[in-house]
Amino acid sequence: MSRVAGQNRPPAGVRSSCALVLEDGAAFHGLSFGRAGDTTGEVVFNTALSGYQEVLTDPSYAGQIVTMTYPHIGNYGVHAHDMESARAQVTGFVVREIASLDSSYRSEGSLEAWLAEQGIVGICGIDTRALVRHLRTQGAKRGVISTATGGIDALVKRARASRDMNGLDLAREVTTAAAYDFRDPAGVAGPVVLRFKVVAYDFGIKRNILRLLAASGCDVRVVPATTTASEALALKPDGVFLSNGPGDPGACTYAIESAKAIMDSGTPLFGICLGHQILGLACGGRTYKLKFGHRGANHPVKDLQTGKVEITSQNHGFALDRSVFENRQFELTHVNLNDDTVEGFRHRDLPVISVQYHPEASPGPHDSRHLFATFVRMMEKKKGTGDR
Amino acid sequence: MKDPTIKSVLVIGSGPIVIGQACEFDYSGTQAIKALKREGLRVILVNSNPATIMTDPEYADATYVEPLTPEFVEKILEKERPDAVLPTVGGQTALNLAVALAKRGTLDRLGIRLIGASRRAVEVGEDRQLFKEAMHRIGLDVPRSAVVKSMEEARAAVKETRIPAIIRPSFTMGGSGGGIARTDAEFEDIVTRGLMMSPVHEVLIEESILGWKEYELEVMRDRADNFVVICSIENFDPMGVHTGDSITVAPAQTLSDPEYQRMRNAARDIIREVGVETGGSNIQFATDPKTGRLIVIEMNPRVSRSSALASKATGFPIAKIAALLAIGYTLDEIQNDITRVTPASFEPTIDYVVVKIPRFAFEKFPGASSTLGTQMKSVGEVMAIGGTFKEAFQKGLRGLEIGAKGFFLEGVSDSGLTGAALDAEMARPSPDRLFHIRSAFDQGRSLENIHAVTAIDPWFLDQLRQIVDGEKGIATGGLDAGPGAWRQAKQLGFSDARIGEIIGASEAEVRTRRQGQGVIPVYKRVDTCAAEFESHTPYLYSTYGSECEADPTTRRKVMILGSGPNRIGQGIEFDYCCCHASFAFQEEGCETLMVNCNPETVSTDYDTSDRLYFEPLTFEDVMNIVEREKPDGVVIQFGGQTPLKLALPLVRAGVPIWGTSPDMIDLAEDRKRFARLLDELKIAQPESGTASSIPEAREVARRIGYPVLVRPSYVLGGRAMAIVYSDDDLEMFAGEAVKASPDHPILVDRFLEDAFEVDVDALGDGARVIIGGILEHIEEAGIHSGDSAMVLPTYKVKPEHLETIRDYTRRLGLALDVRGLMNVQYAIKDDRVYVLEVNPRASRTTPFVSKATGIPLAKIAAKIAAGRTLEEQGLVKDLEVKRVFVKESVLPFVKFQGSDILLGPEMKSTGEVMGIARDVGVAFAKAQSGAGTSIPTSGSVFVSVHDNDKAGVLEMARSLHEFGFKILATRGTAAFLTKGGVPSRTVAKVGEAKPDCVDLIRGGQIQLVINTPLGQKSFADEGAIRKQATQQGVLVFTTLTGAAASVDAIRALRTDSFEVESLQEILSS
Repeated sequence: MSRVAGQNRPPAGVRSSCALVLEDGAAFHGLSFGRAGDTTGEVVFNTALSGYQEVLTDPSYAGQIVTMTYPHIGNYGVHAHDMESARAQVTGFVVREIASLDSSYRSEGSLEAWLAEQGIVGICGIDTRALVRHLRTQGAKRGVISTATGGIDALVKRARASRDMNGLDLAREVTTAAAYDFRDPAGVAGPVVLRFKVVAYDFGIKRNILRLLAASGCDVRVVPATTTASEALALKPDGVFLSNGPGDPGACTYAIESAKAIMDSGTPLFGICLGHQILGLACGGRTYKLKFGHRGANHPVKDLQTGKVEITSQNHGFALDRSVFENRQFELTHVNLNDDTVEGFRHRDLPVISVQYHPEASPGPHDSRHLFATFVRMMEKKKGTGDR
Repeated sequence: MKDPTIKSVLVIGSGPIVIGQACEFDYSGTQAIKALKREGLRVILVNSNPATIMTDPEYADATYVEPLTPEFVEKILEKERPDAVLPTVGGQTALNLAVALAKRGTLDRLGIRLIGASRRAVEVGEDRQLFKEAMHRIGLDVPRSAVVKSMEEARAAVKETRIPAIIRPSFTMGGSGGGIARTDAEFEDIVTRGLMMSPVHEVLIEESILGWKEYELEVMRDRADNFVVICSIENFDPMGVHTGDSITVAPAQTLSDPEYQRMRNAARDIIREVGVETGGSNIQFATDPKTGRLIVIEMNPRVSRSSALASKATGFPIAKIAALLAIGYTLDEIQNDITRVTPASFEPTIDYVVVKIPRFAFEKFPGASSTLGTQMKSVGEVMAIGGTFKEAFQKGLRGLEIGAKGFFLEGVSDSGLTGAALDAEMARPSPDRLFHIRSAFDQGRSLENIHAVTAIDPWFLDQLRQIVDGEKGIATGGLDAGPGAWRQAKQLGFSDARIGEIIGASEAEVRTRRQGQGVIPVYKRVDTCAAEFESHTPYLYSTYGSECEADPTTRRKVMILGSGPNRIGQGIEFDYCCCHASFAFQEEGCETLMVNCNPETVSTDYDTSDRLYFEPLTFEDVMNIVEREKPDGVVIQFGGQTPLKLALPLVRAGVPIWGTSPDMIDLAEDRKRFARLLDELKIAQPESGTASSIPEAREVARRIGYPVLVRPSYVLGGRAMAIVYSDDDLEMFAGEAVKASPDHPILVDRFLEDAFEVDVDALGDGARVIIGGILEHIEEAGIHSGDSAMVLPTYKVKPEHLETIRDYTRRLGLALDVRGLMNVQYAIKDDRVYVLEVNPRASRTTPFVSKATGIPLAKIAAKIAAGRTLEEQGLVKDLEVKRVFVKESVLPFVKFQGSDILLGPEMKSTGEVMGIARDVGVAFAKAQSGAGTSIPTSGSVFVSVHDNDKAGVLEMARSLHEFGFKILATRGTAAFLTKGGVPSRTVAKVGEAKPDCVDLIRGGQIQLVINTPLGQKSFADEGAIRKQATQQGVLVFTTLTGAAASVDAIRALRTDSFEVESLQEILSS
């Protein structure tokens, strides 16, 4: 990423005015940054204190306008390593204050200039806490950010006309067009022997998942979301990974079918986030839309097998309910201590594990990275090359 | 789950308030005690500091106000036999004490466990070498360094680390004795001092990482190895300034997620390696701004000043949770009080910015360098919460009460310094640096230039620049600005008063225009979760946004104005009173609203009042809350001078004040009005006058006769107060007094030399006055009452004088229509009682008297303010005490090298301890021990008293002689003693011959000094003696009261007749 010129924001007063309007008529007036114009999306909030660039580039946020609850955003600029995909994925960005100067030895450019380059519409200078409280009490809402000086009513109509997350298949939109082998260009993982062939379904996969798989010794083939089970298994993988991603898992019927077939094949299987939901549906479970979702880097998740609590990174609007556990083959392994929602499960007999949260973090605590090692152990056992 | 084998716990407090260890440990200790009690444990507390909430007898089951020494705590352990000792909520004092008890074998012998932190964890956390080794084991980087035990070793070590080098003595608090050596000479000096001050004669010589970025993480761990970060903190001041003296900001502002997570992972590895299994720790890091290299600076395996700040900054009660973890709970078993639905095993996230700014007291210590370094020098701090850094920062500055109404300080920001002179002030960390930076912006210096000079991170400097730029818009807009411009100015954190300064209008005009444009603040909640969950705790801060969450109730409510940042003269005692007021009003069925901006205190615990407004105590900030909440009453008599200053403006704004009327408070402060009242009551006071210029002051002084006491009115703690013996001195001191309080006249009083002084704390309800306690000063007249040792009940005051004092107090209380607390200071000279001053409000001794009598005076006072009579509260008689209670002050001179260590009418102490016993000698010895001074039981005593005291000192000298002391005396005294049959050796007075008494003290040949001065010469001599003695830790007594107490104390020490008794036992005896 090259240093973007003109990192200092335009002086106050030069910014054009801008409004964020929700489908229920709530309106917030602020100032524009990034691209001028308008955008729609599901308005959600993220409570992480650091990691705005990882959030912006996480494909799971496709179709969403993301509000950061922390008021100062952009303080340390942007950096190539912090890209979780090739581009900004959100449809809009809401902050209290965008940094006019960034300070970090890592910085390769200012967030504001980068957002403009990425064509992201942003709004700043609003009471973000008021917006968050509205979303918390009223639930996630579709919204529109616009620099146009039209009436609010028109914007409310536009918000209502925008796509509803329920039933929306976004994975198909963000997945890779063609399969590819992941190579860690930054070499972050260091020299590792790639002992396992892993097929990773890309529903909107984050780069840090790929890096951590590679660092665990996986030779990763990333495949499009619509890849069938037989296509995947034809690659003779030691394990299959189901990635995170945006949208309603229920709409990904093709992926649910693939997941079921792969599980039945006995191939070790690991799902994260949307991948976890798809796996849950493949196991006969049900998913539902949370009122306003979990998005942040501070959610306590208890591992029921060890009793330990990990602080996790989260980003999901849908969740798996507990109906899947009526089938005794499946065991609840992780719960969210804030609201008791399902955070993970496993198959009692088959090598299948799945978590709702993000062990790859980015942004967020690294408490759960050991799950990648667990996946590796499942593959070792299956291959018979394990230590045990 | 809770460990069933722990049924009783001894909690160790932190002792007297000193620099580096203040009321944050009352806050944390109180939380811990409450939590442990709620768990059904028997809680035993030891703390020598009576001005704490935690030592209120209703908190612990057994409260020992005893010295924090291994000897006394051992006696308590033997008596109480608790299952465990919790040392992690009482600062370094408690940790050191716990280690000492472990080393003595006391804990093993009695089968008592250390919980919260193991002995090993404490030692690894504190011992530089062990810590360095531990960090290397887990692959973390620490500065290059060496631990040395001698000057020779130090010289060898510095060849590796190079100059500049950092020097840190082992096992000292707040970095006492440490420093940064930039030259070889400085290196020799600091190492010598550090070796001397370290109790183990050990210092660390360290690679300089000056100018690096500094961070802190507040972390917790439970026995199941669950780990959470409660708060990250970034220092505004780069490395080189003690974190207690730095402006700090939460959360960290300039760390990307990979950098932050690296730090978090390091913190987890550190707490594991050091072995803190249950509780909180503070871990400090530095990063190289050019490369990101991460270095571990230190870790404190306990709650700390920073953890108190982190608790207030996030709403997460670290000390309470730490106490629960120590008795076996895990984080997920504990609920978050604020959300009530989520567990404590999470990491708070915040949606605002918190700025802490230290408060200094260099004006109290002329001669001391105001350059900040690795040894902490600040005496207090403010915390401010804002929607942005700019808002929080400007709030913090106005909350400091140093005259700044925002990011501008008259006399500094407009000092006219330029070029190299300005560079020097910006490069030198000091309390004023910030305001010099302001001046640099005004002079058009670039951000890059300011960064190069100060090493302050550009992101922070950019924030400051936005504030300075904002002023231009304000100046242009003026009073006629539209709502958008007003809102923008307020969102940048500008106070009405500062806007007034910028545009040349009064604060009132600005306020009216702003409100006229509909621009008023909203209040947001501190909720640990950035609004993700509902908050059940009204812990509020103001900002300028679109939605207000204050949600006021319609209950009968009273607002309590707190005392702001701790400073010398206004500290924990007033916070104690504010807390009691809140408790009392709650008992009266009122909703209580606390307003304060001091993060160290119990009053700013969200648990203390029904609603907490974490706001500066300025007229604007207070009025905004008043207008939102519409309280039935506001009380101002508990928070010291800070709320009193607001009394008249609030009254003028129509705010109902409960308690003694502000007019009566003003009457007592206004010399002329007060003198008229005393005339009417026929009560004597030293002759006095007021002057508004130096010539006028001279005239008054000549009229009433020297020596005189000169001081400004409306200041607390005797700021700029002096005893003056001549016209020449008068000019100098009167000038100081004018500077300290320019809008008010100077007071000139006759100084009653050689008088007995007493302090009286009393309560009035309009119809009746009862006396809480009469305290006799042990120091000579002219020493500020806040610095004087005192004894309750009185010791040497004649009964008829006590009668007069009681009578005067009652009549004064009725005449001033006191509705609540009142403090009166008297002097007795030549058999006559004089009133020195009356303060119809909470005093510094209120908590002391409350502990001694078992009657919570502040609480009673609050109930009076709410309309209850004394009789309704069961109080019709003056209070009595069942033991002898001695108060001793603790002084910070050791932190202020180069300052004059003389005591005088200007208060200089930071804290106090209480000694309790059945007789004065033992109580006095305990108080001295608690204050960290030791009374000698053998050696030589130097006696020099004026003629009036010669008869009195004879018996004391005889006793000392019998105890085996050698008596050294000046000529006149020696002759008198010899005549009385006490052998003594004559030594020279100061400057009389060589060696004189000061030389002997310097030579270590004198262990105790009894010296009662009279007259200017004698006063000055005493200064020299005292200075030398204080430097060497030799006790000096300047009154016969003090000397007699010390002789009794020596007698007690020689027979070791010490017993420990809990307040509960004493009060029920």
